[in-house]
Amino acid sequence: MYSQGLIGADGRTDEAPEFLEAFQKRIDAEEKIEPMDAMPEGYRRTLIRQIGQHAHSEIVGMLPEGNWITRAPSLKRKAALLAKVQDEGGHGLYLYAAAETLGVSRDQMTEELLSGKAKYSSIFNYPTLSWADIGTIGWLVDGAAIMNQIPLCRCSFGPYARAMIRVCKEESFHQRQGYEIVMTLARGTPEQKAMAQDSLNRWWWPSLMMFGPHDAESQHSDQNMKWKIKRFSNDELRQKFIDATVPQAQFLGLSVPDPDLTWNEEKGGYDHGPIDWDEFWRVVKGGGVMNRDRIEARQKAWDDGAWVREAALAHAEKRRARKLAAE
Amino acid sequence: MVSETPLWEVFIRPRNGLAHKHVGSIHAADEVMAVQAARDVYTRRGEGTSIWVVRSADIVASDPAQAGENFEPTADKIYRHPTFYEIPEDVGHM
Ligand SMILES: [Fe+2]
Ligand SMILES: [Fe+2]
Repeated sequence: MYSQGLIGADGRTDEAPEFLEAFQKRIDAEEKIEPMDAMPEGYRRTLIRQIGQHAHSEIVGMLPEGNWITRAPSLKRKAALLAKVQDEGGHGLYLYAAAETLGVSRDQMTEELLSGKAKYSSIFNYPTLSWADIGTIGWLVDGAAIMNQIPLCRCSFGPYARAMIRVCKEESFHQRQGYEIVMTLARGTPEQKAMAQDSLNRWWWPSLMMFGPHDAESQHSDQNMKWKIKRFSNDELRQKFIDATVPQAQFLGLSVPDPDLTWNEEKGGYDHGPIDWDEFWRVVKGGGVMNRDRIEARQKAWDDGAWVREAALAHAEKRRARKLAAE
Repeated sequence: MVSETPLWEVFIRPRNGLAHKHVGSIHAADEVMAVQAARDVYTRRGEGTSIWVVRSADIVASDPAQAGENFEPTADKIYRHPTFYEIPEDVGHM
């Protein structure tokens, strides 16, 4: 709510060691940081980047699923998918609003998405080739997102934490409807079961990549943990996801496409095979099947909506002037 | 480029008998569209029975840098609380 005052402001803080120490004390005491509080510039920048990226992911994430709304196999599935995609739009809006409290404008964020300066989750650069993909996305992609998002409900930045609480409440419907779709296919005809298996084969590894690079390779991670923006490391979250998901696949009679996947009694979790990080970086850098399509679709939505935004503002201005004249 | 669509703060009354509570913000050209957008974005699952929207620019806030000055002095005014006063037990509940 404070963004209007902050836009364009330099925002630089006097980062004397005493200041940083006092700030860290607040974080360590589990105090929430609110938008107008003094904060290190790095903390602000990191949050703007992370919340913006998160918001863009919600918005771009509407595209692969939106692709199947008109072809959903029943009215029930169509209604559920519409509601899910609408939720994702809502998540994007809660998050943009949280980022705006830090002094970045909504238009600025949109421009950065369209120019490619801001990233979004790479998972959405994979195509949705079959109806089973809609089930798998809900099950795996929303499932992985939930793993990531639950600790964010306790993020040190108040507006982000509050937005995440709303988001998490809504996500569990997404994962359950997805799993139910995959279950229906897995229990259907051999062709339907094969469709579910093919979909799991394609989405499994990209879903594991959603947690980001291994801890040893991920930059900025330590500082983010110290500031309690992040509470668990990438590898910890990935492990939790695998341990939760493998039994769900077994229940469906589907096999996880990792020949090295084995239960490790000692650590009480699964060991998994190597992740293809070359593919991950290739897709992040724009080499995925759908990168260009996704940005084109967002650009088109922005351009096609321009006259609506202009007309709405002109109409509001006209009404305001009339009201003033009548007073 | 045209100017940015204004920002509004959204307040929702979860049900009658409770106060409106801040839930987030949205962009809208005017108050009519702000209420519509707030309904779509913030009440998809029976979160409320009433919506208020206020232009963010119209909100006047206290300065967090003065939070100490503003709110800490109340801590030592213990005579503002009922437990400060000693009433014999024989008097009964008061
Ligand atoms: Fe979401
Ligand atoms: Fe979701």
